[in-house]
Amino acid sequence: MVDVIRTVFIALPKGFYTTLKHLFKKPVTIQYPKVKREMAPRYRGLHYLEVYEDGTDRCVCCGLCAAACPADAIYMEGAENEKGERYAKIYEINLLRCIYCGFCEEACPEEAIFLGHEYEFSNDNRDVFIFTKEQMLANRPKKEKPFKRIIRRVRRIF
Amino acid sequence: MSYTEIMLISSIKVIVVVLAVLTGCAYSTWLERKLVGHFQHRIGPNVAGPFGLLQPIADAIKLVFKEDIVPNNVERITYALAPIVVFIPALLSFAVVPFGDKVTMFGYQIDMVISDLDIGVLFVFAVTSLGVYGIVLAGWSSGSKYSLLGGVRSSAQMISYEVAYGLSIIGVLVIAGTLSMKELVAQQSSFFDWFIFRQPVGFVLYVICAIAETNRAPFDLPEAESELVAGYHTEYSSMRFAMFFIGEYANMLAVSCVATTIFLGGWQGPLLPPIIWFAIKVALFMSFYIWLRATLPRLRYDQLMNFGWKVLFPLALLNVMVTALIYRL
Repeated sequence: MVDVIRTVFIALPKGFYTTLKHLFKKPVTIQYPKVKREMAPRYRGLHYLEVYEDGTDRCVCCGLCAAACPADAIYMEGAENEKGERYAKIYEINLLRCIYCGFCEEACPEEAIFLGHEYEFSNDNRDVFIFTKEQMLANRPKKEKPFKRIIRRVRRIF
Repeated sequence: MSYTEIMLISSIKVIVVVLAVLTGCAYSTWLERKLVGHFQHRIGPNVAGPFGLLQPIADAIKLVFKEDIVPNNVERITYALAPIVVFIPALLSFAVVPFGDKVTMFGYQIDMVISDLDIGVLFVFAVTSLGVYGIVLAGWSSGSKYSLLGGVRSSAQMISYEVAYGLSIIGVLVIAGTLSMKELVAQQSSFFDWFIFRQPVGFVLYVICAIAETNRAPFDLPEAESELVAGYHTEYSSMRFAMFFIGEYANMLAVSCVATTIFLGGWQGPLLPPIIWFAIKVALFMSFYIWLRATLPRLRYDQLMNFGWKVLFPLALLNVMVTALIYRL
């Protein structure tokens, strides 16, 4: 009997109050195609290649990223320019193989390759997923993302 | 008034009420999705029209154009009949609900009720309990174990709760001394005359039993989606499914209308026109229904039966006895 009274007069109103309270809270829905979620600073999305201020490639085609890649997704062919500096003639990432682990950006001694915040690149054509050097350069974000600064700081420590 | 005039007025009233009820059903689904969404920190439908107000229309179009799949091992006739048996009684109970006072239109005195039966309340209860046949038939004729279980559960539940459901309003009838819905409204002319204040226990019992009768959460065992897929309407698709769907919401609306009429003073209220007051009260009752759904978990079968027979039934009897002792001795 005490149980019944406790249920009816304490537990039930408590439950109803809880749901009523939540009725007036702000919905957490993000209306995805219209509104996009702000990604975490270290989110690993589509790759991009960084350049020096004068526009020359940072990448020297050392092959460390390809060696670090656990999915074996990176293919590169190096060449030398007229000043005798090495650069990547071909730099391709197979986005279907890539597991977005970020080992390439960790391995890169020149701070050339980074994983950006882009994540909408689905397609129904498999050939599109061979991500070329030109595309990766074009994918560079306009503003420097704070996570890059974090990575640089980490580099300086170790 | 001549016979033709009476016929004409009645037909117009019937058409208006049926259309209003169907629209009401459509917008109850909108209200439910919107409210349950907000209860769960979501926003509910918001793409079709402002606040998703065109969503019911989109749903209706979708349901009409869906393929009507009839499984191989169904009992064809009963399978086709069942949705109609659910749908029609749900609409019928609106025949005696008074939506407002007498109005004068085009020189005619028009009563805002399709038919003011002397046995209005009894009619509502008789008609709403017919709906269980449709559910049982649907469950049985589908030839699916989920449907059958849903149908069996539904019949057991509705028969058990029918008793307390009927008894819950006896208190009101004892006080009022009438079964006519119009007369009942007339007796609640001032706010504190509302039967909810004179019969609080009766009202609570009525609400609980009504929820069980309409198979709504937390008494939605017949269509428990986590156990029985969708219960009795598992094998239905397209418009047949829509009939069950509309039937369920029409039942909810009917229950809300009856609750408004019997306990909440019907169409009476200050300032606003009667029909608006009626709509507001029904909408609030429907919102309460949805609030219940968002709050309470489904009962287990034995809990349901124990609750119905060991708690509600004796309470309802006691309520009738006490009321009779106070008001009629």
